[in-house]
Amino acid sequence: MSRIPQWIRTNLFASWPSALATLAIFWLAWKLVPPFVDWALVGAVWRAPDARACREAQGACWAFIGEKHRFILFGTYPFEQHWRPALATAVLMLLWIFSSLKRNWNWRLPGVWVAGLCLIAVLMWGGVFGLGYVENERWGGLILTLILATFGIALAFPLSILLALGRRSTLPVVRTMCIAYIELIRGVPLISVLFMASVMLPLFLPAGLTIDKLLRAQLALILFAAAYLAEVVRGGLQAIPHHQYEAAEALGLSYWTRTLHVVLPQALRFSIPPLVNTFIGLFKDTSLVLIIGLFDLLTTIKVSLQEPAWSGLGVEAYLFASAVYFAFCHAMSRYSQGLEQGPAARAVRAS
Amino acid sequence: MKRGWLYQAGLLAAAGLVLWFFVSNTAHNLETRRIASGFGFLWREAGFEIGETGAIAYGAADSYLRALGVGLWNTVRIAAIGVVCATLLGTLIGLARLSPNWLLAKLAAAYVEVIRNVPLLVQLFFWYAIISENLPGPRDALQPLPGIFLSNRGIVFPTPWSTPVLSGFNFVGGMTLTPEFAALLVGLVTYTAAFIGEIVRAGVLSVGRGQVDAAYSVGLTRRDSLRFVVLPQALRLIVPPLTSQFLNLAKNSSLAVAIGYPDLVSITNTTMNQTGQAIEGIGIIMAVFLTISLSISAFMNWYNRRVALKGARQ
Repeated sequence: MSRIPQWIRTNLFASWPSALATLAIFWLAWKLVPPFVDWALVGAVWRAPDARACREAQGACWAFIGEKHRFILFGTYPFEQHWRPALATAVLMLLWIFSSLKRNWNWRLPGVWVAGLCLIAVLMWGGVFGLGYVENERWGGLILTLILATFGIALAFPLSILLALGRRSTLPVVRTMCIAYIELIRGVPLISVLFMASVMLPLFLPAGLTIDKLLRAQLALILFAAAYLAEVVRGGLQAIPHHQYEAAEALGLSYWTRTLHVVLPQALRFSIPPLVNTFIGLFKDTSLVLIIGLFDLLTTIKVSLQEPAWSGLGVEAYLFASAVYFAFCHAMSRYSQGLEQGPAARAVRAS
Repeated sequence: MKRGWLYQAGLLAAAGLVLWFFVSNTAHNLETRRIASGFGFLWREAGFEIGETGAIAYGAADSYLRALGVGLWNTVRIAAIGVVCATLLGTLIGLARLSPNWLLAKLAAAYVEVIRNVPLLVQLFFWYAIISENLPGPRDALQPLPGIFLSNRGIVFPTPWSTPVLSGFNFVGGMTLTPEFAALLVGLVTYTAAFIGEIVRAGVLSVGRGQVDAAYSVGLTRRDSLRFVVLPQALRLIVPPLTSQFLNLAKNSSLAVAIGYPDLVSITNTTMNQTGQAIEGIGIIMAVFLTISLSISAFMNWYNRRVALKGARQ
């Protein structure tokens, strides 16, 4: 029984500063936690026909989330068709979970993705199998956030490999162009790249040819993510011992054989954990499409708040948004830590 | 080698062709929309007010150039104050995570985990909602410390030469941080500090336990061993990633446009909407941010050379 007092002494009251810190934290907790619990749970309104009941109560108005959850999750997608984006969201999340398991990392994986994405496209667009056609201006909510992040990383990846190889190339023109691209994109904020796609790109194209807003934003996210991913891949390329390059060259293998069969398989394995971190960053960054007016998860939440009946509930709404983003990002960051520390990582390092 | 040059010539030709395609389309599009390209618009009258002009006198009758100057000043101001505050808070959090006090270490770890996994934009909206919707009006302003007032009009605090006094519906005197500035500053600082905390922690951990023990055994005090043994070695690891966090903070300050703080991006956005000069506007944003990024990098590289091992390869 003496173990607990012993633990408290060594971990909470080891020295005067430590004891003071402990007491300060207890004092702050006593001051802050009960009012917060009062607001968030005890005095909260969970169900209400409109915001009036919320205004009279002292606590949080979670009824807002309950009332608006369909719009927040699915945006302006036709109401009676909401099962389609819901199913598409589930399929996309299953694809990610499937790909995160190491035993599925084989030649079947790309096939599963192609099949999964076709299913999602059919569900979202419709127009076949008796499903009504829904143009992508009406897509919104969680599925839009997931689609932007997924395609952002998936299409940025091949581009980033080319950029990273180009940056380490011995050909001066190739190297200069790749360095210029990577450093330019990394030196400017994402919002300027998004502005470029939304305002400047239409000017670049011949009159009459237009690309819709969603595709333009997606293009901006891909080009942006590729510059950051290129540095991740370059890190992987640099982690390969130099004798591997020399051995491949000594065998007389050509540049592309060397790169495809010796260098990249090793480099990409080193790049997987930081790649997941880049993906988390991109997932968070998709929220910026709000500024150019796309209906992602954050935009649907912000628009719900603009309704006069529900105004003034920003804190509740953004706490809910934080919780959703946190659930996704936290899961991914735990996964990436597992890759860095788990048996898989040791196998990577040993190989 | 010959084939290499052929590749490069092909690449250059392709890039030139794409560029020519874009330029000729743009020229045609601008002509049909009757937009004159060039920076002549900068000297025209802007015609919009700016809520927060800082050190620069500005009115709606002033030019676009002056408006953009105000925006640049606001961007530099938030970035400079943000970098200093984030470094201080980040160092505290990094050290708190290493504290022998279990409660403090866990609290700091939870802070880092939560902050890093929520988009900055959501956090900015959250802080802005707290300040503008949930704080009381100036008449019932909260006073956490005597002389400092928190209200939905922002944060007012005293300066050595004037103290804030409530007069009518708002405060007079002292220094005021507008709700937009306060939300942006709090958001940027708390967000970046979580990343800086992890960098500081990794840097301190990289200095081996043996180094500290050796410092004590030659008779250095705790303070001196930190100052002469741990810190010089930790800084070598801390400075390069710290630089990229400073760059991130400067770039993230552009999210000001979403909560209405008149930074460079927000004012350029208004200018682009009014004049249609999209290419020039985005060019200005990119040029300014590249300059800011290069300046921060140059300064931090200079500092890094000072703390790096003498004679070590950079």
